[in-house]
Amino acid sequence: MNMLTRRLLIAATASLVFASGAVAQDKSQERSILVASTTSTQDSGLFGHILPMFKAKTGIDVKVVAQGTGQALDTGRRGDADVVFVHAKSVEEKFVAEGFGVKRYPVMYNDFILIGPKSDPAGIKGSKDIVAALGAIKAKGADFISRGDKSGTHQAELNLWKVAGIDIAKDKGTWYKEIGQGMGAALNTASASDAYVLADRGTWLSFRNCGDLVIAVEGDKRLFNQYGVMLVNPDKHPSVKKDLGQQFIDWLVSSEGQKAIADYKINGEQLFYPNASDSGA
Amino acid sequence: MPHQSALQLVLSGDPALFAIVRLSLHVSLSAVVLAALIGIPLGAWIALTRFPGRQGVIVLLNALMGLPPVVVGLAVYLALSRSGPLGAFGLLFTPGAMIIAQTVLVTPIIAALTRQTVEDLWLEYHDELTAMNLGPIGRVVALIWDARFSLVTALLAGFGRAAAEVGAIIIVGGNIEGFTRTMTTAIALETSKGDLPLAVGLGLVLISIVIAVNALAWSVRRAGERLAG
Repeated sequence: MNMLTRRLLIAATASLVFASGAVAQDKSQERSILVASTTSTQDSGLFGHILPMFKAKTGIDVKVVAQGTGQALDTGRRGDADVVFVHAKSVEEKFVAEGFGVKRYPVMYNDFILIGPKSDPAGIKGSKDIVAALGAIKAKGADFISRGDKSGTHQAELNLWKVAGIDIAKDKGTWYKEIGQGMGAALNTASASDAYVLADRGTWLSFRNCGDLVIAVEGDKRLFNQYGVMLVNPDKHPSVKKDLGQQFIDWLVSSEGQKAIADYKINGEQLFYPNASDSGA
Repeated sequence: MPHQSALQLVLSGDPALFAIVRLSLHVSLSAVVLAALIGIPLGAWIALTRFPGRQGVIVLLNALMGLPPVVVGLAVYLALSRSGPLGAFGLLFTPGAMIIAQTVLVTPIIAALTRQTVEDLWLEYHDELTAMNLGPIGRVVALIWDARFSLVTALLAGFGRAAAEVGAIIIVGGNIEGFTRTMTTAIALETSKGDLPLAVGLGLVLISIVIAVNALAWSVRRAGERLAG
């Protein structure tokens, strides 16, 4: 081996050591947890509001990966997150039942709203009956954007079609478009194509590219959107930081955490309603 | 981030924005350095060696320049996940994971462009190099040295690829605020929040940075060529 090759090898080794040093540094920040959550909690700005308070109190850094509910649960299932904070009660309960989560805690709720163009082609604006509204959209073939990404909002939308007695998998026409993306992308698409779309209120209130979109249907109890939080089971994944993760959960459901959630407002409007004390939620 | 334009963020020296820019450069430049350490020797070696199936390897290498970032991201995600073969390192959702993914994307670009450059030089200087009686490793080193200024272009192509991609790093990095959020993932996020002016503004900042890096590399190359006569 000649001199230059050796030098190249040394340089290569050195840079690998350098790269892994950077990695080791990341790990040395012990007091941090990774939370897999949904786009709605992040895009609405809730985390930006409550996480600094939690950090000030405990010194724990919360890193949030914002995904759809389905993907967030999968991240937890693989052991890549310490805590999962999502909104689709039935799949959350399944997650715990399968042993991937330790226990599900209800945290808060907000509501879904049906967004649509000002021109209101389905003639449903101002209604409080989501089931009748979905029936009208289908009957008139008005454009509808579906998340199509197994997120909590997508699951809620599929449930509502079911309640309306419509088998959407079978009955969907060209008016029903599944985009397979997050809430913001779905709103952008609806805004660009004058379509109806089911959204969570938090994302809607903080969304900026509304165009001609307005709220078409709101206030129906069936549009209720419950959030739950779970520690990923350390028995399945020993890498889970169970003490720090549990501290975060305990804080969220404490009176202090619940007040922080209630205090988050956009333009004076409260986005999330804490209900950790409601054990049936 | 309250509603404000990217220009305001730049002018006010917003620390969050600078942290994002610094991380973008750290990730993409680290990936280019690692990819160069693998890709340049590999490309030069393929250029100078004759072995069965070489044509196939060259076609494959050229094709890998077009690796879809989202596929690389998914593969690296599955490998680094706690449930994957490299899970014990705990690298998923860290800048280290992003560097690995971009290194995978950039290495074929640098290797393929190096292979072409060195092979052209080899055809040109074949007789001289043979007369100098260098061993195979000596030839590789001599040709890489000869090609060093042209190889800057290969490195810039790799950097361009790394700095521009979002598909791989958003999967393996998770776009965590203050930790794995880069220029491109921030642009994707602001777009999804419907803040299109801020997204466009960040895009312009990113393009300016890429131009600045290229201008810097160009002047280094010119200065080097002048020194080398």
